[in-house]
Amino acid sequence: MSSLDALRAGERGPEPPTEAFVPTALDPNTRADKFAATSSDRFADAVLDREDELVHRGFWQTHLGELVRKPGLVLALLWSATIVVAAFAPSLLAPGDPLVGVPADKLQPPSSAHWFGTDQLGRDLYTRVVHGTQLTLEAALTAVLVGLVVGALIGLVAGFVGGIVDDVAMRVVDVLLSIPALLLSLALITVLGFGTVNVAIAVGLANVASVSRIMRSEVLRVRTSVYVEASHAGGSRWWTTLGRHVLPNSVGPVVVLAALELGGAVLAVSSLSFLGYGEPPPAPEWGALVAGGRDYLRTSWWLTTLPGLTIVATVLAAGRISRALDGDAGRNR
Amino acid sequence: MTATTDRLLTVTDLAVSYRTRHGDVRAVRDVSLHVDAGETVAVVGESGSGKSTTAAAVVRLLAPSARIEHGTIDLLGRDVAGASPRELQAVRGLLVGLVPQDPTVSLNPVKRIGEQVAEVLRIHGLADRRVAGIEAVEALRRAGLSDPEVRARQYPHELSGGMRQRVLIAIALVAKPRLLVADEPTSALDVTVQRQILDHIDELTSETSTGVLLITHDLGVAADRADRIVVMSQGRVVETGTPDEVLGSPREPYTKALLAAAPSLRGARRVAAEPAVVSGAAPSDEAPAALEVRGLVKDFPLPRTGGGGTLRAVDDVSFRVPRGHTLALVGESGSGKSTTARLALRLAEPTAGQVLIGGVDVSHTRGSALRALRRQMQVVYQNPYSSLDPRWSVERIIAEPLRAFGVGSRREQAARAAELADLVALPASVLRRRPAELSGGQRQRVAIARALSVRPDLVVLDEPVSALDVSVQAQILDLLSDLQRELGVTYLFISHDLAVVRQVADEVVVLRNGRVVESGAVEQVFADPQHAYTAELLAAIPGTTTHRPLASAAAGPARGGER
Repeated sequence: MSSLDALRAGERGPEPPTEAFVPTALDPNTRADKFAATSSDRFADAVLDREDELVHRGFWQTHLGELVRKPGLVLALLWSATIVVAAFAPSLLAPGDPLVGVPADKLQPPSSAHWFGTDQLGRDLYTRVVHGTQLTLEAALTAVLVGLVVGALIGLVAGFVGGIVDDVAMRVVDVLLSIPALLLSLALITVLGFGTVNVAIAVGLANVASVSRIMRSEVLRVRTSVYVEASHAGGSRWWTTLGRHVLPNSVGPVVVLAALELGGAVLAVSSLSFLGYGEPPPAPEWGALVAGGRDYLRTSWWLTTLPGLTIVATVLAAGRISRALDGDAGRNR
Repeated sequence: MTATTDRLLTVTDLAVSYRTRHGDVRAVRDVSLHVDAGETVAVVGESGSGKSTTAAAVVRLLAPSARIEHGTIDLLGRDVAGASPRELQAVRGLLVGLVPQDPTVSLNPVKRIGEQVAEVLRIHGLADRRVAGIEAVEALRRAGLSDPEVRARQYPHELSGGMRQRVLIAIALVAKPRLLVADEPTSALDVTVQRQILDHIDELTSETSTGVLLITHDLGVAADRADRIVVMSQGRVVETGTPDEVLGSPREPYTKALLAAAPSLRGARRVAAEPAVVSGAAPSDEAPAALEVRGLVKDFPLPRTGGGGTLRAVDDVSFRVPRGHTLALVGESGSGKSTTARLALRLAEPTAGQVLIGGVDVSHTRGSALRALRRQMQVVYQNPYSSLDPRWSVERIIAEPLRAFGVGSRREQAARAAELADLVALPASVLRRRPAELSGGQRQRVAIARALSVRPDLVVLDEPVSALDVSVQAQILDLLSDLQRELGVTYLFISHDLAVVRQVADEVVVLRNGRVVESGAVEQVFADPQHAYTAELLAAIPGTTTHRPLASAAAGPARGGER
């Protein structure tokens, strides 16, 4: 055995640099999969091969069992379903008119007639919250969409092209990340003007930086994978490879992030409308409802608390669903 | 076998099952085996045979989803199967040492080598910090590392794979355990390094009469190293006996099949000596070769933190592959064979030299001309688990090059994909499936079908069978030689496995540190290696150095083209 060492040292002269100094991005050997990685794949093969011998638990048994073990997720899904219904068909949940009040019934505490109580003009707060869902959700979804599309595009290009494009894009992102998101949104709204759509755009643009970072790191991972090179070697044009291999395989974590950002966007949109940057009254936006109850906080706690709790529940539900998506995606990968 | 019959390990009726998403898998069923002092027992079998699970059970390092159903593991009178975590701590390291599978991930990257070796002694209170440090250096020396004092102060990333595996052996043996469990200790290493490591395990254990439980998928390794062989399949022990008994005259059909599949230096060759497709007489020198490279050089820049400069990965490599023939590039990892293949495929830019495809210099072809060139040369990668997009259906994967070159309508592409699946002997039902639903062998067939879809002249096979089990390897190699005979394609075959190369190649080029050390016809190079390095590579192939030849009676499946 030492004969080989001697042979090697004798013939080569200066010792070649050890493996650690080989440029990893260029050295095909370092990209070769480690034995352990493939051996787990091969174990999965063996499991599949012997599928007919397995002690099966059954599809429904497995999935229902999993759900029962996650009551938080069930709750989050139910809450989200309610929110969606409230956004698209608010009359189903609250048949009344959110803008018409009965002055005689003003500032009533929650009761069976008025679930969330009434405000200073005698309007039913529950009806206003339900009808406000559409505005808030619309703004939040637009915000996430803007952040997702712009951020993913920047991340995709930066990660795939690399070099100076990557450097410039990422330094811009660094600058964006160094400004507090809410402050950035405020500045953008000041430029764009008030209104739900402008609030949405402002919140979305503030999200661009984090989305593009995640996207870029995923693209960097996928870009060096063997199937991307195989596609290239097979003769595909680079944009085909980008669209058909790199994008679908790197978008997963970004989608998880989007679900998480939806909660954040609801919060940000509500914050901005609380500050008075959103739709002008009497439109019932969640943040504006919280703001409107401020003046009566001492006597009528429900005016701020119940819309506030609605926002909290929505943000938590979005976070829980995002976590579930993350877990499932991780297991499939 | 030594004279002493000191029984170290007795495993009786062991059964282990895993909980998976698909249900419970019974990985090990009713396995019984024993290891005596000074004895090496090899457990061989394919992936999923339960051999690694058995080894993990002996040290009770099973995955969290695994459960020991029943059975006993008796280690020097202690029952390991039912031991508490505290009792196990006293056993691990002290009575039984474990050498894990993959040296590249099995060391803590932020701790110095010496500390990691000394840790075992410190945990068991065998030595204080100072003495443990000295003993660690001594253990490294015994494991065959040069300059152990220097190594002890280094970090894992500064060591090569073979050196790291020696460190792991030092860790396993530093507390002088009675039993060594080695789970595929050399599968991630080159053959020459593998031989050194196994020699060392042999020496170290025979001095101290340590028992070794060696887990391996390589029958050659088992034949060379073991006193007894235990063949496992589907979680059961199929056959057990001395290497002569098991390999010389196997009783069970499974053992026979496994032996037949093992590439051997003596088995029949799969390649047709004269490809039928080559028109006319033997290819003359004037006929343009399918692929020719002249004086290829590739430098990689080194990072400035490492002192800058360049690393010459490929140094003046020249060879030619006549149409319809197979040329193998052989060498250890880092020898530049994969880089050479990437240069030939024009996936990397050569620093100097020429690449000729069909006699045309394409060294500097770019843009659309280069893309058009890709139609003539396709590639099959080493690892079928990573070279197929996990989100695509098999049909779409196979048709991808067709779509890239706009060959035929969508309907014709689908028809061609079905035809290709049939050509590589895959059932039509796989076309709708995704890669994750296929086995490794099936995935590699898909990769081969994809490479052949645009009827290329040249296919570069980059270690096409290294990630596969031996029996699957044999099927893929058969398929490749069949396809060559039918379609007349030219192969550039990259491999570190000389036994495989001998089966499929016409000519061989041996690379070392980026240079060609020897080239010529396969039979000639193998029978009479001219360079010391080639001889070293040949001698290092497990299963060839002993008096025990692998049974090769069934190695060559009957086929017409062979002589």
